[in-house]
Amino acid sequence: MDTLVAQLQRQFRDYTISLYHQGFLDDQFTELKKLQDECSPDFVAEVVSLFFEDCEKLIGNMARALDQTGNVDFNLVGSSVHQLKGSSSSVGAKRVKGLCITFKECCDSQNFEGCVRCLQQVDIEYKSLKAKLQDLFNLEQQIVQAGGRIPQVDI
Amino acid sequence: MARDGGVSCLRSSEMMSVGIGKMESPPLELDEVHVLAVDDSLVDRIVIERLLRITSCKVTAVDSGWRALEFLGLDNEKASAELDRLKVDLIITDYCMPGMTGYELLKKIKESSSFRQVPVVIMSSENVLTRIDRCLEEGAEDFLLKPVKLADVKRLRSYLTRDVKLSNANKRKLLEHSVPIQTSLPPPSSPDSSDSSRPLTNSPESSDSSPPLSPVEIFSSPLSSPIDDEDDDVLPSSPESSPTPEESPVRRQKMGSPGLLD
Repeated sequence: MDTLVAQLQRQFRDYTISLYHQGFLDDQFTELKKLQDECSPDFVAEVVSLFFEDCEKLIGNMARALDQTGNVDFNLVGSSVHQLKGSSSSVGAKRVKGLCITFKECCDSQNFEGCVRCLQQVDIEYKSLKAKLQDLFNLEQQIVQAGGRIPQVDI
Repeated sequence: MARDGGVSCLRSSEMMSVGIGKMESPPLELDEVHVLAVDDSLVDRIVIERLLRITSCKVTAVDSGWRALEFLGLDNEKASAELDRLKVDLIITDYCMPGMTGYELLKKIKESSSFRQVPVVIMSSENVLTRIDRCLEEGAEDFLLKPVKLADVKRLRSYLTRDVKLSNANKRKLLEHSVPIQTSLPPPSSPDSSDSSRPLTNSPESSDSSPPLSPVEIFSSPLSSPIDDEDDDVLPSSPESSPTPEESPVRRQKMGSPGLLD
């Protein structure tokens, strides 16, 4: 009979693996986990939280720039996309990063409709990742509260 | 971050939340490695700071080249008496930054009498051979491809501790030996000179650079053969600190395929 801890640990393991397999996360996320320890037990959660704040800010910048009808500064949009691509890469947010690559191409070719589409997709994507990671962190908390240890998951 | 003796551009709430404020730093000791990290991205600053701390470095993180120069006391003419106390063992900087690029910062550091000996490492998300070349020619110690991993920082750390006394002249010689053909690389068809005026755009030259010389060869130590070098290093590895095979080739492989990454 499975204990609560064992069940939660299994859920955590399965969920983590699915996030990688579905391309939400890549090995840079694994790298971040290596930086977490007893002294900094919430390091990953804190970094991704800053990342999501960054997403919100940069997406706001892009939206404003794209809103200047007839006078869109694609360099400005592109520069925000570049920054977003950088930070998504640094936290292992694989899908967001991938969208930024496409988005950058639209900026470079001054493709307005393409940019608007990409902006919408990036917005949806980061929010989706945010929700999923929140679920993951909640699972971790539940495991710890149930007296268990968070398992090391090898992808 | 007054205890680190420098500017940390994290808001204090951020510092507390990532535990940086919680880490009680003792006063800087002479044998502690002190790294100045420069990156305009907050997320990247947090990550590099953590990477460095976890490898036992003291870190001062700033968000621009100007702040870095300010920290080093290089932003004005007069020499500061404080500088005798300021010990910086390594400067690690992002390449693409608004205002002053990492390359420009590198140049200013190498032009200064007080800090030209300090190794400077450049980080970039873009694997551009001409950019790497330019930085190495200007005296950069190493070039890291973002996202930076623990293995990269460990590698830096290993050559830093064994090499802190090595003079800059010797380092350049070693780099020159391992970069035999860099001056004969053909200029890229979209000139790299446009890169510095558009630091934040994804430069088209990444698709243009089809170098005759693989970047792996650029970093080959003179003691090993250029292409199949598994644990190459910017400087010859010492036995106790050579990187494990799975670390270097991954990074080197990445550098060997321009255009594959982004």
